Amino acid sequence: MAEKLVLRNGRVIDPASRHDATADVLMVDGRIAAVGRALDATGAAEFDATGLIVAPGFIDMHVHLREPGFEHAETIETGSRAAAAGGFTTVCCMPNTKPVNDSVHVTSYIVERARNHAVVNVYPIGAITKGSEGEELAAIGSMKAAGAVAISDDGKPVMNARVMRRAMEMARSYGVPVINHCEDLHLSAGGDMHEGLPSVRLGLRGIPAASEDVMVARDLLLAELTGARYHVAHLSTARAVAMVAFAKSKGLSVSCEVSPHHFALSDGNIKPYDSNYKMKPPLRSAADVDACVAGIAGGAVDALATDHAPHAGSEKMQEFEKCPFGILGLETAIGLTFERLVHPGLISLTRMIELYTTGPARILDLPHGTLAPGAQGDVTVIDPARKWTYDVNQSASKSRNSPFDGHAFTGGPVASIVRGRMVWQAT
Amino acid sequence: MGRGLLGIEDLTRAEIEVILEKARSFQPVQRQANKRLDLLRGRLMVNLFFEASTRTRTSFEIAAKRLSADAVSITASGSSVSKGESLVDTLNTLAAMQPDVIVMRHAASGAPHFLARFLPTPIINAGDGTHEHPTQALLDARTILDNRDRIDGMRVAIIGDIAHSRVARSNIHLLSKFGVDIVLCGPAPLVPRELAELAPGVSISYNISEAIREADVIMMLRVQLERQHETSYPAGEYFRYYGLRPEHLRLAKPDVLVMHPGPINRGREISSEVADSQRSVILNQVENGIAVRMAVLERVLTN
Repeated sequence: MAEKLVLRNGRVIDPASRHDATADVLMVDGRIAAVGRALDATGAAEFDATGLIVAPGFIDMHVHLREPGFEHAETIETGSRAAAAGGFTTVCCMPNTKPVNDSVHVTSYIVERARNHAVVNVYPIGAITKGSEGEELAAIGSMKAAGAVAISDDGKPVMNARVMRRAMEMARSYGVPVINHCEDLHLSAGGDMHEGLPSVRLGLRGIPAASEDVMVARDLLLAELTGARYHVAHLSTARAVAMVAFAKSKGLSVSCEVSPHHFALSDGNIKPYDSNYKMKPPLRSAADVDACVAGIAGGAVDALATDHAPHAGSEKMQEFEKCPFGILGLETAIGLTFERLVHPGLISLTRMIELYTTGPARILDLPHGTLAPGAQGDVTVIDPARKWTYDVNQSASKSRNSPFDGHAFTGGPVASIVRGRMVWQAT
Repeated sequence: MGRGLLGIEDLTRAEIEVILEKARSFQPVQRQANKRLDLLRGRLMVNLFFEASTRTRTSFEIAAKRLSADAVSITASGSSVSKGESLVDTLNTLAAMQPDVIVMRHAASGAPHFLARFLPTPIINAGDGTHEHPTQALLDARTILDNRDRIDGMRVAIIGDIAHSRVARSNIHLLSKFGVDIVLCGPAPLVPRELAELAPGVSISYNISEAIREADVIMMLRVQLERQHETSYPAGEYFRYYGLRPEHLRLAKPDVLVMHPGPINRGREISSEVADSQRSVILNQVENGIAVRMAVLERVLTN
């Protein structure tokens, strides 16, 4: 007997098919069967979506699931549960695991673990270079064949421009997008937070905006030289937004993502020496935040991505300069997007959905991000008026490193559906 | 949450004045045959130094003893820190021994601020990384006031590695609260432009002659090679451009005070002639360290 689920009377917004109207969504055997009014759904489980937004399942193209190697901080299972609790039905995990995902073995391991343990779709991103050491190219084609959707040395950017050029050329041959964490490691060396008045005030070493800008500029030139599809991860500076917009205007195949913490917080919002505000790129200046917001609203930014980076409590309970970089992001992303972008009228609800669905799906060629009949039955149900407070101690993640603990939100996910099955529902 | 002394930035001018006045009242004690006051009998101060220090640690110990408090000093090399214990665990262990105050020096900026969030024991910051060194700024202010009627309206030049100096940050915050015209001077990699916005009254010069012109006070900073993560300036010519020499003093006010938090590097940031000149109050600073730390301990432990 067919497995059926119908969502009744929601406002169905599917940017991919330009649909925005009240409708039912029927899923049969894990796929979208129909979108329309008063659908006949005999034998289907019913979900009343009256007053709610029904959107294609959200995609987070930048997460760290820590498996293999750092299972004390997160696993594919717990990270996928955090994703579902944040309204995400698809995540792409970065390769900085132990061992680094630089081979078909690790890629296949992640795919296999995800198949058996993840509640959402998980796509691995392979490394650019072996061990992400920046020297010898990883087995890019084989990783793609095993399921990798992009390559990146996230966290350890390729400093050697010649190596990056070769990587882009190979990636172009294989049709794989190249994602870079843009940070000139010499300019940022030793830095703990954005270089500016707050870093000088706190006596913490700075990470200048130029350390990001220099590498974005280099990579855009290499993207032009090689014709590669190139994507800037967690872009955070005003100059980088402008350069990506310029490259797009020249017709280059480039894209970029911004993380919610980078549009929600500036370096002036950092609680002194609280490691939950420490990540890379660091929280930038208020002017950089404004430029990122303008880029999101204006179209220079293609996707929002959390850079969900769990760290165990013992790692974050240290002197600020000793703590690792990164914060949780999956469960607060939609709430922050409502608070900072949608409710203030900076972007429309449709634009928000694009940034989490068609945007990342297009960058990575993912078969997700639409409610068109035949598509996989991945749906995110959202309540723009829902009042909720984030309690990090209730997080589905294994880790607790979030600056948004205790934050009261208006608007957030209420249900996540993957392959026609409810994998998370707000209580 | 204990009420200690983490930095100058959070203090008001009035609070600073109370400490300075209290320190003045303690100064004569140092000249008496019986140097012990009975104000903190039975109290326990733990000195926890994760960085090498002779003068600050000794100064706090003497200050505690002069107030009849018990003092225990721990240095990191001989402690469980070298056995891999985390900072929080080390402090919790110490706090369980019920000290009344912990005096702490640490190489990481904000280490005492981080601990103060979890610890009931008041913490006195004896220098955190490149952030603050509040008792140094207080003893510097006490030394200035021993030689001048008021701090207000003075012109103070601070010269050297400002970026890595906790002494400079604390002094900038303190002097700014008294309306001082503060000029910061040193090679550009060590004097970031953002410093001009740190507090009202701060300006920057990269020329030592310009910086000390008409100065009432010149504060020299030690060239801290141990805090440099790479060579960010040509060290070989530092003294030529930023070392304080006798000919410079003619540009300042005739009664200019030359200060230095020590230890001094003769011939690197200051010439021997200037360090030993009549204008130098470097040893007065050391002496005032005890009276100021007595005042701070008394404030923290009797509040």
